[in-house]
Parts: sequence; structure tokens; C-alpha cells
Amino acid sequence: MILHPSVLALVGSALLGGGLLVYSSWWAARVLLRWDLSSGSELQVALERRTYLVSTILAYVLLFELASLFLFVFTADSMAPLFTGAMCAAGSLRASPYGYPALMLQTAGFAMASLWLVVNRADSLGYDYPLIRYKYGFLLVLTPVLLLEMGLRVAFFLDLKPDVITSCCGSLFGARGRGLGSDLAGIPPKVAAVAFVALLAGVILAGLHFWATGRGGWAVGVLALVLLPTGLGAVVAWLSPYVYELPTHHCPFCLLQREYDWVGYPFYGALLGGSLSGVGVGVLMPFRSIPSLAGPLPAYQRRLAAFSVWLLVALGVLVAVILARSQLRL
Amino acid sequence: MIRLEDVRKVFHQGRPDELVAVDGVSLDISDKQVTVLRGPSGSGKTSVLALVGCMARPTSGRIHVGDREVTSLPEHFLTEVRRRTFGFVFQEFHLVRGLTALENVMLPAYPLGGSRKQLLSRAQALLERFGVGGRARERADWLSGGESQRVAIARALVNDPMVVVADEPTAHLDSKLSASFMGVVDALRSEGRTVLIASHDPIVHESEVVDRVVTLRDGRIVDEAL
Amino acid sequence: MRRLRTPPWLERQRYLLDFTLSSLGRRRGRNLALLALYALVVFMLASVLMFTQALRGEALRILEGAPDVVVQRMVAGRHDLIPGDRVEQLSRVRGVQEARGRLWGYYYDTYTQANFTFLVPDRFWGKPGEVVIGEGVARARFAQPGDPFPMQAADGSVEILEVRETIAASSALVSSDLVLLSEADFRHLFSVPRDLYTDIALTVPNGKEVPMVAAKIRGQMPDTRPITHAEIARTYEAILDWRSGLAVLVLASAVLSFGIVAWDKASGLSADERREIGILKAIGWDTTEVLAVKAWEGAVISLSAFLVGLLLAYAHVFVARAPLLAPVLKGWSVLYPDFRLTPTGSPFLVATLFLLTVVPYTVATVVPAWRAATADPDAVMRS
Repeated sequence: MILHPSVLALVGSALLGGGLLVYSSWWAARVLLRWDLSSGSELQVALERRTYLVSTILAYVLLFELASLFLFVFTADSMAPLFTGAMCAAGSLRASPYGYPALMLQTAGFAMASLWLVVNRADSLGYDYPLIRYKYGFLLVLTPVLLLEMGLRVAFFLDLKPDVITSCCGSLFGARGRGLGSDLAGIPPKVAAVAFVALLAGVILAGLHFWATGRGGWAVGVLALVLLPTGLGAVVAWLSPYVYELPTHHCPFCLLQREYDWVGYPFYGALLGGSLSGVGVGVLMPFRSIPSLAGPLPAYQRRLAAFSVWLLVALGVLVAVILARSQLRL
Repeated sequence: MIRLEDVRKVFHQGRPDELVAVDGVSLDISDKQVTVLRGPSGSGKTSVLALVGCMARPTSGRIHVGDREVTSLPEHFLTEVRRRTFGFVFQEFHLVRGLTALENVMLPAYPLGGSRKQLLSRAQALLERFGVGGRARERADWLSGGESQRVAIARALVNDPMVVVADEPTAHLDSKLSASFMGVVDALRSEGRTVLIASHDPIVHESEVVDRVVTLRDGRIVDEAL
Repeated sequence: MRRLRTPPWLERQRYLLDFTLSSLGRRRGRNLALLALYALVVFMLASVLMFTQALRGEALRILEGAPDVVVQRMVAGRHDLIPGDRVEQLSRVRGVQEARGRLWGYYYDTYTQANFTFLVPDRFWGKPGEVVIGEGVARARFAQPGDPFPMQAADGSVEILEVRETIAASSALVSSDLVLLSEADFRHLFSVPRDLYTDIALTVPNGKEVPMVAAKIRGQMPDTRPITHAEIARTYEAILDWRSGLAVLVLASAVLSFGIVAWDKASGLSADERREIGILKAIGWDTTEVLAVKAWEGAVISLSAFLVGLLLAYAHVFVARAPLLAPVLKGWSVLYPDFRLTPTGSPFLVATLFLLTVVPYTVATVVPAWRAATADPDAVMRS
């Protein structure tokens, strides 16, 4: 194992976070079994108190996951010199079969955890814990996913050996290689650009429409859900060459480096935040008919939609700036 | 109006030290009136106050505040109801020791947000109304018993509650101060507020300010007098 | 003109933060003790991280001047001198722009019991009989420009050369133990015949061709070992990583004990604190608000400890030159260079530090904080 301090930090926080999650799942199971709102018994009161703990833990876990996600990529990036052939995170992640699965699962875990917090917030808006069963059922599904992700993260670092020969992003995301990365890079840039811009505009317009009229929440959710992978694909297929001013450089990780003004961070941040809040609007749609939520839920959804629109507009501006500043003309 | 329907409150249910504090109490507390709960210690007065004031959940039975049932509201909602509707004066006053009188008065309003300037002037005005305006910047632990109680009353009123609840308010006061307290109660009633007091002090329950006296014993109502 | 209104949730947080700050101030002693411990942990970890990062930066910067490939001859698994005719042979390998024989070696100085590195630079600007020495050598021998510099030659005789100048201290990290001299003096001192070199340095302009060049050399000259620039960089990285990781691992026990102390403090609320929370809940604060106060407490303490620890670490590493750490990370040597590291810092470092310190603290305090916050207001009424 590579004994890099960041690796220790990531492994350590994975273990601690995992422990907290298991603890909160145990209580989630108890809530699901014994919950009875109409009872004033001491057990019920104790269970209600526990829900605060679970929410607090999940909120912290989400924060740690966010920090870990970025640190994970950063660490992979900085370890690149240790592997023959790697020049950025793309190569380091390839140096072990656990690398890319860990990254993808981390992103998925982060997305699910933030959706859980959205549902949690919605639940607290109703005076009778309307979503408690969905919430904790969801938690019991979310926990194994996050635990698996943490396990993969640890496995990745344990498995890494320096001097392993791996590929650089040029071949992983180059048009001539095999595998998902090259497939993505091979998508004609115009197609990717049109798809991305159209979806972005679609989510923004749907979001504005929903914010103004309160209708079309499903559209917001679905469009946002499709926007996320499209955006990530568009980075590889279309946008990254503009950042690097090199038509053959398609790596999605090099964006995060200092040379390129760390432009990857605001981009991915806005993409993640904007799409996830949009998806949140959609996720809450089935619950609008619940009586205790009929009043407050639409207002919350509109706030989410507004948040999403803001972030996605910022994303659009960022993309425009990247294109304008780039010397590349394709 | 606040209504209790066959309310029971049991502590340590199912355990050897099980205690039935409130045993099937049904009570309607009318608006804009002064109601006194009377009874010896252990009669359940404090528990009934806590239940009425949305501080505790009944083990069984129902509670309505106004036209809203609060029996099984989640804590967040219950607290919302409580802080907008009720103001409490505790037997031991319970002021936060390290804070000044003024800060103590402002505390219940913190969760509600709102302009700080307005809150400051409101709190100061309340302290002055009860004659302790000059002590506003003193630390709460340096106030005398009477001053502390008046600060406690000011605190109870900072959110302009409809109902004021007091638990044994005259326990630490001499007769003169007790009488002046009842004067405050009278003033609160003429402002249109509902007042609920738990007390076994005759000065309180025999005062002409009081509209209704409810006697409790062993967690049950034994007598209601007007 | 309409005045901008702060949104209610923001106002609420301001009030809660206000309360948190005054609450922390009311228990200054205990909180300062925790803060000091926390800052100490951050300080130790940050020092290690900053130091390593700075060293890595220095090393890589210096490495930029190193040759793309160095070819060494191996005899029975050990490094031996390489014949001069290989130079021409190597320069004809495709991809190699230039090949140059290098002369360097180690000299054990009996006077000071230190190891010097002798090197014949590309173009030695001194005259035969002169040496240019690193500042560590100058310190060890108390030698100034103009002073004599006696050495014991391989044939037993004593050679006295003259110190021409000392190498600037700014490159002390690599040059501290260096002695630069002319080719003739070197060959005489170490009895190295004219047609032999220590190794051969190659310039390969196109970085992508280096692996191919190395493979070709291994094929053409099986008794040699080509060492690429990338391999050196990797080795450096690995060693630095390993050492700093080891240091962090050792500090893990400090983090653990800190976590226990934090947990203990958070669980062991004084009667006063318990009473305060009870009062807050009794006057109308709900659990969420008390939890928010607890979270703000954690945030204020973490942020303060973080800043204090970081600043102290920065001063420790970049101003005081890390007296506590250097032996661990640089390796033991008599000629400890007296140098100044270029200040570095990066979001990477801060993020690592965050995960190493704030996460354990938060995990340790989340359950006790919750327990305190969910106290029953009812209990206050009957006290």
C-alpha cells in the first residue's frame, strides 16, 4: 500500500464514516419496526429523538463524502508520478481494478445521500412524519451502497503498488483506445455539444416554469437526471479540448489541475449541485398528495428548483467563458 | 381555548418505578381568563402545566390548543406552537446564569429570527414595564429574588404569547411581592391573555383576580370552583 | 429605497451563532484546553504535510536539471566505471541528442568524518588546483575562499587544493556536500584512468521516446543500467510519501487520543451546561436549534484550531525550518543543509488535513452532542 498521508486520510474517514452509517442504520431498522406516531409511549419519544441523530449523521456523512470525492481525485492525480504511464488521475485510477468503480460509486453514493437529505427535509415539513417509512427504507438501501463505496476506496489504496504500468489519459480517453473512455471521446463533438446545451436549457426552462407555476415537476426531475451523465460525457467528448486547447486531449481529470485554473471544480460542482437539486424536485413529486405535505411541499420544491436554476445558469456562463477564452477553433 | 381530553401521563411505564402523574384529566381552559391549578405537591399540577404548555406528550388522551390537535405533533411543530402561544414562568425562574437580564429576555425570540434592533427595544421595554429596566445589563446571577422573577416574567412575554403559564410563582416571594404579582396577572388578563397558574399558595388561589380554581389530587381533578 | 432584508433562516443562524459564541466564552477554561489540544494535533499533522510538500517541490524543481537518462555500467550487480568509447556509441542511438561522460564520486573525509560528493561539472570555471565547495563542506572544514583544501588521494599522497568560492546557499538542498573540481584533479585524486567515466548522461529531447531509448540501450549494452528521469522522480516521490505517511501513521495515535478527549468532554457536560440546555428547551427552543448550537460550537472550535494549528505549522516549517521534523524526513547526516524551504500550500493539503482532524473530532462529538440536545424540557420544569 502506498503510505501517502492523503491515502491515510481517505481510508480513515471511510472507516469512521462507515461506522457511523452502520450505527444509524441500526436505528433506522428499529424505527421501521416500532414506529407508532399516535402512541405517546416512551419508546416512541425515544425513537423520535433518534431520528435527529440519524439526520445529523447523514448530513455529516454527506459533507465528508463531498470532501472525500474531491480529495480522492486529487490524491489519484498527485500519485500519478508513481505509476509508469500515468500523468494524471486517469492513469492512477487505472492502476488498480478498483479505481474507476470506486470513483463511480462515490459519485453515485454522494448523489443518493444528497437525495436522502432532500427527502429528509421534506419529511420534516409535515406534521405527522409522512415520509418516515420511505426515508428509512431508502436509508437501508443507501447504507450498503455507501459501505461498498468505502470498501472499494480502501481496497483501491490497499491494492495499489507503485511501479505498476498503467495508461495515461491520452490513451484512456483518446479516440483510438478501447473502453468507455475512448467511446465517449469518440462521440462527435457537435452531437455532444448540442445534447448538453439542449438539456441544460431544458432543465433551466423546466425549472423556471415549475418555479413560476408549480407544474411540471416531473419534467424537471427527469431532465435533470439525464443532464448529469450527459454533462459528464460532454466534458470528455466536447468541452475538455477547449480547456486544454488541444483537440486530442479529452481527459476529464486534468481539468482539476492548477494549470487550467482548477476550472474543473466549479464545473463539476455546479453540474452536480444543479442536477441533483433538479432531480430532488422530481423525487418529491409522488408525495404531493399526502395531506400533511400538501401545503409546505410545493414551496420547498420551488426553492429547490430555484437553487437548481441558479447553479445551472452559472454552469452555462462558465461553459460560455471557457469557449470564449479558448484559443482552439474546431 | 385549550382542551385536555382524558389525558394520562405515566413515567417509567412498565418498570418497577412506574409513576402515574396525571390520571385521566379532562379540562377546558377558557380564553382570556385566569385559571389556577391547586393541590399539594405530587398532585400532578406541574405535569398538567407541562402538558397544557406543549412541553410534554401525554401517554394517552388528546390535547387541543385552539382548533389544532397537538397530541402527536412532531417535536418541531409542537415547539412552534409552544413558542408562539405560550410564555412560561418557572418556579425556580431558570434564568441563564452567565447572560445579562436583557439577553435572558431575548432568548426565546432567537429561533424566530427577526430584527435584532426591534428585539432589543422590545426586551428593554418589557424590563422597564416590570420595573427592572435599570438592571438590564446586569448578569442574571446578581439579581435579587424579586428582580429575577420579574425578569422571568418579562422573558415569558417577549414573544407576545396568548397564554402565560406560571408554576408556583409566589414560592420565593413575601406577601407584598406576592400581591404585586397578582396585580401583574390582572394586568395580563386585561390585555386579553389567558393565564394558567399552578399554586398551593392561598394568596394566589383566593385572590379575586382568579376566575377559576381547579383542585387536583393524585393526578385527578377533585373539584372545580369559580 | 427598499432595505435589503436578510432571509429569516440566515437571521436565525446569526442569533444561534451569537449564542454559541457567548456560550463558549462562558466556559472559557474547558474550551481553551480542548482548543489547544486540537490545535496541537493540527499543528503536528500540518507540519508533516507542509514539510513534505515543500521538500517534494524542491526535489522536483532540482530534478528538472537532471539528465533525461543516465547510463551506468554494472559488474556483478555493482556499479562500475564505464569506458569512454561507449559515449560515442550511445550518442548514435536514435532519439539521443547528446551523450556526455560524467565524473563524480564520494570522498570520505577523515578530518570531519563526513562524506563529500565530488563532481566534475559540465564546464568547470575554476583553474586546475581550485575547488568550489558547498556550504555544508565549508562549514565542516571551516573553509573560506582562498583557504587551502587538503585531501587524501587514492595513491596515498596528500593533495592541497585551493578554495575558489562556495556555492550559494539557496541551492543548499542538493549542493551542501558538493565539491566541484577540474577533470584532471578528479582523475588524479581518485586514480581514474583517462578513458573511464563514472557514468554517461544522455539528452533525449522527446520525453515520449525515453522508454524506447532505455530499452534499446539495455539491448545494445547488456552490462549497463539506464536510469530514466521518471524513475528518479518516482523514487523520490515514493520515499517522501512513505516517510511522511509513516509520520502521519505515528501521529494517528495522537489523533485517536484527541478523539477520545473530545468525546469525553462532549459527553461530560457539567451540570451547568445541562441546565442551560434544559432552560433553552423549556423556553421554546427545539432540538434542531440546540443541535445547531452544538454544530456551531464544533465549527467554531474546529475552525479556530485549524487556523491556529496551520499558522503555527507554517511558521514552524518555513520560518523556523522545522527543527522538530527534519531528522525524520531528511535522514541522518552530518552535513545537514541549512536551507530555507519555499513556502507552499494547496487546497489538497487543507483537504487532507480536514479529513485527518475535523472528521475524527466530528465523529467523536456527534453522539454526545445529540444526547445533550435531546434533553427533555419537561425535566427542567420539575427540577
